[in-house]
Amino acid sequence: MTFRKYLVLTGVTISAPVGDSLLSRGMKDVGSISLHNLPHIFLAILNPWVAVGILFLLGFFACYTTALSWADLTYVLPATSLGYVLLALIAKFLLNEQVTPARWAGILLISAGVGFVTRGPALTHREADEQEPARETVNAGGRR
Amino acid sequence: MRPLYTWSAITAIVLASTTGDVLLSHAMKQVGDVHQLWRRSGPLAVVGRVLRNPYFLLGVLSMATAFYSLLFALSWADVSLVGPAAASLTFVANAVAAKIFLHERVDRRRWLAALLVAGGVVLLAG
Repeated sequence: MTFRKYLVLTGVTISAPVGDSLLSRGMKDVGSISLHNLPHIFLAILNPWVAVGILFLLGFFACYTTALSWADLTYVLPATSLGYVLLALIAKFLLNEQVTPARWAGILLISAGVGFVTRGPALTHREADEQEPARETVNAGGRR
Repeated sequence: MRPLYTWSAITAIVLASTTGDVLLSHAMKQVGDVHQLWRRSGPLAVVGRVLRNPYFLLGVLSMATAFYSLLFALSWADVSLVGPAAASLTFVANAVAAKIFLHERVDRRRWLAALLVAGGVVLLAG
């Protein structure tokens, strides 16, 4: 794992919750859209919060697909799940929501999961063409 | 009837987003390491190669299906139930699907990570 790859994973982790929060903040200005006025959903992008949120989510998608080009799905998903924790922290400090002890426990579990998976290799060999020496090199390259 | 609708929608979200993740992952493995491709042939080559990959387009379609299923679910139940239920089930479903369809070596470490994160997401919504 190179520094640049960690940077991409950090991009996935940060841009998803920030984008979601911006959308949520913007949609509170826009108000609820009734099923009879569905085209109004397209006017929502005129809201600056929503517009910036969409930019962040595009950035998320770019980072996510980049990460999947060199790492397993079962590596990328847990490795970037700190985003859920970030979302809880944004909710507490920027949206003034309550963070209960159960939520702190949840944060702890997620962090433990992230710690577990990032200590292993990012890309494993396919089980079909498994070869011992080859797998060793992949493992060695994958470790920090 | 309502719980039945809600859980059907949650099942649809989990299936669609797992399918999307698996297809995207497969597509990006076919495209290959984006960094190297970028350095060799520039950004346009990367974008062109990704967008021409049929698995990528199918993956995006599945993601869109998941998004609309989410909107339906949200019209029948609270986000505090739908969000974490769908997210944590998707985590576990992804681990199973990655093992079966992508032939990733999901070892004990990765199972544990998927279960820890899934449990954490449930608690986070509590």
